Amino acid sequence: MNSSAHPLIKPVEQGVGPLSAMVAVFARDVRVAFRQRQDLLNPLLFFVMVVTLFPLGVSPEIGFLKQSGAGILWVAALLSVLLSLDHLFRHDFDDGTLEQLVLQPQPLFLLILAKTLAHWMLTGLPLVVLTPVLGVMVHLDGNSVAILCLTLLIGTPVLSLIGSIGAALTLGLRSAGVLLSLLIIPLYIPVLIFGTGTVAAAAEGAPVAGYLALMGAFLVLALTLAPFASAAALRISMSNS
Amino acid sequence: MWQWFHKLGSPKWFFGIATRFMPWLLAGGLLLLAAGLVWGLAFAPKDYLQGNSYRIIFIHVPSAFLAQSIYISMAVAAVVTLVWRMKLADVFVKAIAPVGLIFTFLSLFTGAVWGKPTWGTWWVWDARLTSMLILLFLYGGVIALDRAINDEKSAARAVAVLVLVGVVNIPIIKYSVDWWNTLHQPATFKLTEKPSMPMEMWVPLLLSVLGLYLLFGWLACIRMKTEILIREQRTRWVKDMVLAGRK
Repeated sequence: MNSSAHPLIKPVEQGVGPLSAMVAVFARDVRVAFRQRQDLLNPLLFFVMVVTLFPLGVSPEIGFLKQSGAGILWVAALLSVLLSLDHLFRHDFDDGTLEQLVLQPQPLFLLILAKTLAHWMLTGLPLVVLTPVLGVMVHLDGNSVAILCLTLLIGTPVLSLIGSIGAALTLGLRSAGVLLSLLIIPLYIPVLIFGTGTVAAAAEGAPVAGYLALMGAFLVLALTLAPFASAAALRISMSNS
Repeated sequence: MWQWFHKLGSPKWFFGIATRFMPWLLAGGLLLLAAGLVWGLAFAPKDYLQGNSYRIIFIHVPSAFLAQSIYISMAVAAVVTLVWRMKLADVFVKAIAPVGLIFTFLSLFTGAVWGKPTWGTWWVWDARLTSMLILLFLYGGVIALDRAINDEKSAARAVAVLVLVGVVNIPIIKYSVDWWNTLHQPATFKLTEKPSMPMEMWVPLLLSVLGLYLLFGWLACIRMKTEILIREQRTRWVKDMVLAGRK
């Protein structure tokens, strides 16, 4: 085993099963992320700041915040995931790791799935953890906060998965950031609608099981289809450069 | 069948065919559209509720039809691009995406003009308006991505992936927005039911829809021919053709 070439990647050799390759990619991404902690913190700070803008910019009244708090938090979470997507492939693309990943014998879509899951664990999950604090700040009641956290828990992986397609498509382009948002925001709309709809239904006392099931369906759909699309997009972007 | 399929891969062959078909598409399109519009705008009966203002339907519905079918046809072409790497398919996608954007904008604009007298407002956040607006964003994304990638082949295939992702999302967006809010009247044409409007309105509407489709075909041919000329400018047949002074 020659691990001196790149200390962070254990070479994945022929005969290593797809699952252990996925675990290796996942572990490697998490390790790299924890060596640049500021990058982990930035989307969270952004999330908090965007939420702060609404009481300042629109109205600090409790009635307004109670009514639109869930929407504000969802939009802020969506934007901060969008902002962090640029990091998903960029560094690996710049230092050539991605090329090695594409050349692995294991199916590329599985490796990308592992990368995307790592991305979610490092950005989406912290947002969910932070949500109760911000939920209290926008005067949501306990039940709403719980439902909101649940919708974000199901919804943020969908955001990461769909976003990975956009990140792969815009890899290596000029002004990739804005372009990425243009491509991805329309695709985020259904998740946003159902995410905030669930909280609104819960606030009115309506049953939410149906909404949550639909969001779960989005998650399953994104989990099964998005990695294939990102893998295809990644191959195209790699051949382009 | 397969020979025809192979010929479709040849830009030169398409160029000839398109040149031959274009006058027919133009004539048929203009004729049908003129018939539909004149009949619809001048002779069709007034609506008992909306008066004359409903007549914008003869522009609104055809553009909305095209806006949607252009995206669907782009998705079909995207599959062809990714699976068979056929040159013409990505010429098609690249040529008609801006046309789709324009028709989507037209249907939104005429809808706003129609909404003012009927609903009393230019814009409402209603399901079908919103999903058309999202369609406009999707077209915008496709065009932006195409412009951003310099390499022609990569651009074509990246755009194809994006179009396919979008087409999977279109039904989801449509249903989620439907569930979210609905004010717009139900679909105008249904294959399985008798039309809910009288024949004197329905027939001119059908004529203008068909006419606009033919005109779109003509427009697509022009744009595709231009794109082919740009891409094939170094080939023998283009040089010969230009030297011979033919168009």
